[in-house]
Amino acid sequence: MNFTVNGHQTYAFTGGRNIDQSKSTVLFVHGASLDHTVWTLPARHFARHGWNVLAADLPGHGMSGGEPLAEISRYADWLCTLLDAVGIEQTALVGHSMGSLVTLDCAARHPDRIRALVLVGTAVPMPVTDQLLNAAFENDHDAIDMLTAWGHSPAAHFGGNETPGMWMIGGLMRLFERARPGTLYNDLNACNNYTNGIEMAQRIKCPTMFILGEHDMLTPKRSALELAKNVYNAEIVVLPKTGHTIMSERPDALLDALVKIV
Amino acid sequence: MTKSRFMKFDTLSLHAGQHPDSATRARATPIYQTASYVFRDVDHAASVFNIERTGHVYSRISNPTNAVFEERISALEGAVGAIATASGQAALHLAVTTILSAGDHIVSSQSIYGGSHNLFSYTLPRFGIDTTFVHPRDHDAIRHAIRPNTKLIFGEVVGNPNCEILDIEKVAQIAHDHKIPLLIDSTFTTPYLCKPLDHDADIIFHSATKFLSGHGVVIGGVLVDGGSFDWQSSGKFPTLTEPYEGFHGLIFSEEFGPAAYITRARKEGARDFGACMSPTTAFQILQGLETLPLRMERHVSNTRKLVEFLSGHSAVDWVSYPELPDHPDHRLAAKLLPKGAGAVFSFGIKGGRAAGHKLIDKLNLFSHLANVGDAKSLIIHPASTTHHRMDSAALEAAGISEGLVRLSVGLEDADDLMADLDMGLKSSQRNR
Repeated sequence: MNFTVNGHQTYAFTGGRNIDQSKSTVLFVHGASLDHTVWTLPARHFARHGWNVLAADLPGHGMSGGEPLAEISRYADWLCTLLDAVGIEQTALVGHSMGSLVTLDCAARHPDRIRALVLVGTAVPMPVTDQLLNAAFENDHDAIDMLTAWGHSPAAHFGGNETPGMWMIGGLMRLFERARPGTLYNDLNACNNYTNGIEMAQRIKCPTMFILGEHDMLTPKRSALELAKNVYNAEIVVLPKTGHTIMSERPDALLDALVKIV
Repeated sequence: MTKSRFMKFDTLSLHAGQHPDSATRARATPIYQTASYVFRDVDHAASVFNIERTGHVYSRISNPTNAVFEERISALEGAVGAIATASGQAALHLAVTTILSAGDHIVSSQSIYGGSHNLFSYTLPRFGIDTTFVHPRDHDAIRHAIRPNTKLIFGEVVGNPNCEILDIEKVAQIAHDHKIPLLIDSTFTTPYLCKPLDHDADIIFHSATKFLSGHGVVIGGVLVDGGSFDWQSSGKFPTLTEPYEGFHGLIFSEEFGPAAYITRARKEGARDFGACMSPTTAFQILQGLETLPLRMERHVSNTRKLVEFLSGHSAVDWVSYPELPDHPDHRLAAKLLPKGAGAVFSFGIKGGRAAGHKLIDKLNLFSHLANVGDAKSLIIHPASTTHHRMDSAALEAAGISEGLVRLSVGLEDADDLMADLDMGLKSSQRNR
């Protein structure tokens, strides 16, 4: 479904249903240079069970117009502008990777708008190596290769996709390749420059869940656990033998965790 | 020691798509010979049906053994996903019907497998889908054959039976200039010799009966989605970009992005057309795939020896193999097929139809049959068998001379193969 946010056409997958202001809402936020399709399975689930679902494409991503935003905090504010455009006062927020920083920042600075927070594959800080940043700056496919290789657990490099017949490595690569030039660098740079995550975590008041991959090489579990110590009463779910690409590696376990908090 | 980011081809041939069975710790891929799967509860059933959770519902649509084969071929091709089908022809049918409807049009290479030619020439027109055939080297003809309702360009990496090489990158560019995908039949080459997706093709299918399995004991096919074609911006493919009432208004391109095509193929084509693969067949193909790199290497080395042998034989008029300097696609083959131009090629026997007949009857080691890609060497003489009703003029029009003999070179000792051919060729020339 398309909305207008800050004058730009903005796409959010709603599970094929219209928005009903009287229902609870869950807003999914994708990671760097990706789009709403990473959330299709859980979005369909919550839509069928009566939630308003918004799996949004951030500005300049997927089917949304505009330009990518340079800072995590600007993406966080944009989420509230999206909620205003849709007519939603309060929502549960689910973010993955860069999206987890965006949702963390949003929940900390706009606590009245957020009733629950789920951080999937997260870490603060979220440093990006110069090698990766430079490749992304050059729009070099090597950046996609690095993120795809490091994003999957060692087990996932052999496949075993829970969705029959699908090759996770190829799927993620194609999704990265779809992004507009410069998007990946913009987003990785935004992650790299986000330095006040611990401070934001200490401000969180809503129920919060961390869903982590045991073998996540991009946002290592130990970093996420350090972050979780700064969030009051955070619930932690660690998925065994799972990398950073939790939505494709463990879609059912992810959903099982989400239904407990969303 | 270098550290690679991704598993390499030979490793993927053995491992992709499979981990030791979680229930039994079996190392080999188990054969899940079951029609259906028990749901945990009512909501679990609804969530699997509604694509909220993963899992299997019914083996016509997906099966755990088939899924390993599908994932393995996807990994080897560098694709997003695949669907195993009952045959290569079923894969081609699924490839077409996932995106074409009555009133649509295909531009196809004329140098394709006879079964594919039949589907396009005689069967699909009954359902309102027409095809224009063009020579695979004539790119202007391909361009001019494209109409407003053309939705697909189709060709084989190595043409049949004269080994024309399709310039995949150039034909893909023509297709993409017209916002339509390029479908490739990659049966003769397998991903070991050529990965069409690396050359900008969009969709691939294989007859898995051939080199992928190698043993010639099963019939199977597989449809492979590269995931790179932008269906949304093309605007020509409503089956992927408009709500599908057969799945509660699902818009595949919006919900599945790069996997839109293969998801529609499974959710509609596998469900409704039903040309699924048996799990036992998938298991047998997997046994073959494990040795694909080793077998293809040997297929090619044997073929090169036979090509050289036949090129110097007094009973042979000509040999058509893309690695030969006089083949029109010699340079293109070196670029697209650096590991080898496959193991299927043709030669012309002196003495035409009668000599070809004698050759076939005399051979002891080559099997005379209508197949390719077996571990055993195969031979066929179209003028005296598959095309025996055609006169000389009709054969010429089909690009088949009376003396054309097609070989599919197997894994036997090349000396034995050459001895068998030498004996047969000499016999064929007596009393001419």
